[in-house]
Amino acid sequence: MIDRKVRTGGSIICDVFLEEGVTAIFGMPGGASLPFYDALYDYPQIQHYLMRNEQGAGYAADGYARALNSVGVATSTSGPGATNLVTPIASAMMDSIPVVFLTGQVATPFIGTDAFQETDITGVTIPITKQNYLVKSVHELPRIMKEAFYLARSGRPGPVLVDVPKDVFLDETDEPVPESIELRGYKPAGAGHRRMIRKAAELIGQSERPVIMAGHGVAISGAFEELRELAEKAEIPVITTLHGVGDFPETHPLSFGMIGMHGMYYANMAVSECDLIIGLGLRFDDRVTGRVADFAPKAKIIHVDIDPAEIEKVVPTAVPIVGDVKATLQILNPLVSANTHTAWLEELNRLRTNHPSHEPPPNEEFLPQHMVRYIYEATEGEAIVVADVGQNQMWASQMFFYEKPYTFFSAGGLGGMGYALPAAMGVQVARPDQTVWCVTGDGGLQINIQELAAMAEYNIPVKVGVMNNAHLGMIRQWQNRFYNGRLMGAELINPDFAKVAEAFGIRGIRAETQDEARDAISQAMEFDGPVLVDFIVDELEDCYPMVEPGASLAETVER
Amino acid sequence: MKTEGLSTLVALVEDNPGVLTKVATLFRRRGFNIASLNVGHSEQPGISRMTIVIEGTGAHIKQCEKHLYKLVEVVKVVDITNADRVDKELALVKIAAHGAERSSVVALAQAFDGEVVDVGRNALIVQLTASPYTIERFLSLAGDFGVVELTRTGLITMARGDVRRARSPVAARRPGSNHKE
Ligand SMILES: Cc1cc2nc3c(=O)[nH]c(=O)nc-3n(C[C@H](O)[C@H](O)[C@H](O)COP(=O)(O)OP(=O)(O)OC[C@H]3O[C@@H](n4cnc5c(N)ncnc54)[C@H](O)[C@@H]3O)c2cc1C
Ligand SMILES: Cc1ncc(C[n+]2csc(CCOP(=O)(O)OP(=O)(O)O)c2C)c(N)n1
Ligand SMILES: [Mg+2]
Repeated sequence: MIDRKVRTGGSIICDVFLEEGVTAIFGMPGGASLPFYDALYDYPQIQHYLMRNEQGAGYAADGYARALNSVGVATSTSGPGATNLVTPIASAMMDSIPVVFLTGQVATPFIGTDAFQETDITGVTIPITKQNYLVKSVHELPRIMKEAFYLARSGRPGPVLVDVPKDVFLDETDEPVPESIELRGYKPAGAGHRRMIRKAAELIGQSERPVIMAGHGVAISGAFEELRELAEKAEIPVITTLHGVGDFPETHPLSFGMIGMHGMYYANMAVSECDLIIGLGLRFDDRVTGRVADFAPKAKIIHVDIDPAEIEKVVPTAVPIVGDVKATLQILNPLVSANTHTAWLEELNRLRTNHPSHEPPPNEEFLPQHMVRYIYEATEGEAIVVADVGQNQMWASQMFFYEKPYTFFSAGGLGGMGYALPAAMGVQVARPDQTVWCVTGDGGLQINIQELAAMAEYNIPVKVGVMNNAHLGMIRQWQNRFYNGRLMGAELINPDFAKVAEAFGIRGIRAETQDEARDAISQAMEFDGPVLVDFIVDELEDCYPMVEPGASLAETVER
Repeated sequence: MKTEGLSTLVALVEDNPGVLTKVATLFRRRGFNIASLNVGHSEQPGISRMTIVIEGTGAHIKQCEKHLYKLVEVVKVVDITNADRVDKELALVKIAAHGAERSSVVALAQAFDGEVVDVGRNALIVQLTASPYTIERFLSLAGDFGVVELTRTGLITMARGDVRRARSPVAARRPGSNHKE
């Protein structure tokens, strides 16, 4: 049905949001985007969350997108508003998150004249967007908006920026929104090549020590059932990347946790000893592989990825499969024969028993690891955890057992501190039925602490857990280990975060011991609304296991 | 222009504003060095043809090809480094030539199938359409007289032979087919 109604640019954008199922957007208005906000006034179905910094808006949209595995939207004005979005845009690009960024721009007659608040944001964001557009005429807007959502969501997802000049929001057109998008140069892959899939099945059949490495692509393609079927059918241990946490139930007997720089000791050993890696939707990041030359020295690698440029980018591949994980596994699984790997699993289980990296060290002190473990115990694992960056992020992945898809989120690729607080708000808005815990460092909290104002205003009931170690802990750990303990810029003099929270209108609790921590967590859970708990943890605890920079996974140190 | 250690890609791209910037940004960001770049219309409306000569061979170029494909506007990329092909480049060369030297320069131009397109009191302009290799040889000989000014278009190239498919190469691209298995 072609609807040739005359509409303004602003209402076309809102109509496309609704068509795409977006009911919440995050942003801050400004001169160039005021006509858009004026259009938004007539769309009560779309809830606008006024964030206190555009960076918060971008991260909130990222959290919203991850929680629903669909597209999030953040918006800003031109110039400073748009440049404040740059960090979340770069983060979404690194982590393949579908977010449409809508920026206002100076009116078309002023473009290129250094007009007030003019920044060439499409120029700035070329290398950090999947695609971007400067909309020169309202007649292009319906197609561009549709294309933006299609590109953000399909294939390897990613951020798309649409820069709309002020007059284009106001101009009118009867141009309809196209029903579908056909792009000559863009055809995302479906299932992988049949011949390669058969070859993969053969290798799996021959392997005595196979390992599945599951990454973010499993979550993006929603291949949880298929992954589980493959693992159980052929009895293959499953290891995940940081972004793959939640791909596979972490208490399943075949789960061997996260790999990498701060991965589980046994996961790193499993990959070092295996004879076959089945890599599903991961990009073999350097935090995952350790020294590449010695990565999985005994293994052949099957690599399934939707992006051909990821294949053989880092590791040589015996069986390259360009395709969607889910569609590929649906073809692969029936070709794989039922199998057992008893000896291999015994070996790995022995490693796990002797090197329990997932347990907090036995200690009377209140350690940062306890904080995460207590949250796990109190929620019985029924929570979504959004981690920030640093030691807190690593412990948030290590000390909690994630059983379900889309329950752990972290900005691993760009690793921008300040992610967790606004992202957790986006997650909570998307999943109002879930308990959402934000696990953040004392350093990271202060990067976007202003968003506590929005959290209070909209009563977004996130539970904020501050892992307060009075340090940029990860920095301190590196300076101690690699710079002879010459601490420089690693210590933090902090305000009383519980009081800060109260000043923002959020319930604040301080916890200094193991008992107080347990108690604070249950108070936070009982309270119907946002809470911040300031966990005063041991200041000097370091994060292990660790693969030192330049070392191989086989050289993982435990203390 | 030496051809050793160089690869040649032909990319068909949507003729949108900003595509050239995107390609250039990609090359800069991923560390691919461009030896020459030529852009112009192709036989298909709305599609430009880029001929890109890049430093490097093998896996490096394979990555470059894959990254080009990731740009939404890039419709097709062909590595024609080892194809049987016609290589051409156009050069305009202003050569110093006084009095008697003039006829020597004209003879040199003729020997290379060049054309003298301008004659001044102390210089000539020679137009040469040839392979980059031939142009290099010409420039080296012309150097004896003195090359005062030089402009080259960069390589344009086309695979030789008959048309195999009636369908255009653009329409023939399959999803994921950019990865050779
Ligand atoms: C302080 C710090 C420490 C870290 N330590 C670790 C660590 O110890 N271990 C660790 O694992 N990470 C660690 N990280 C995170 C790391 O930097 C990477 O972000 C992470 O490993 C990336 O995981 P990934 O490859 O699964 O996901 P992404 O980087 O999100 O990549 C997703 C991949 O899936 C592909 N894909 C997308 N959709 C599909 C689909 N439908 N079908 C098939 N493929 C698809 C994409 O093309 C891409 O290749 C750390 C980060 C920080 C900041
Ligand atoms: C925006 C940004 N700036 C700097 C860094 C570098 N960095 C990585 S971890 C870290 C320390 C984080 O400290 P904190 O938030 O207190 O977490 P902790 O490691 O103590 O748990 C820093 C500064 C970063 N990742 N992001
Ligand atoms: Mg800290």
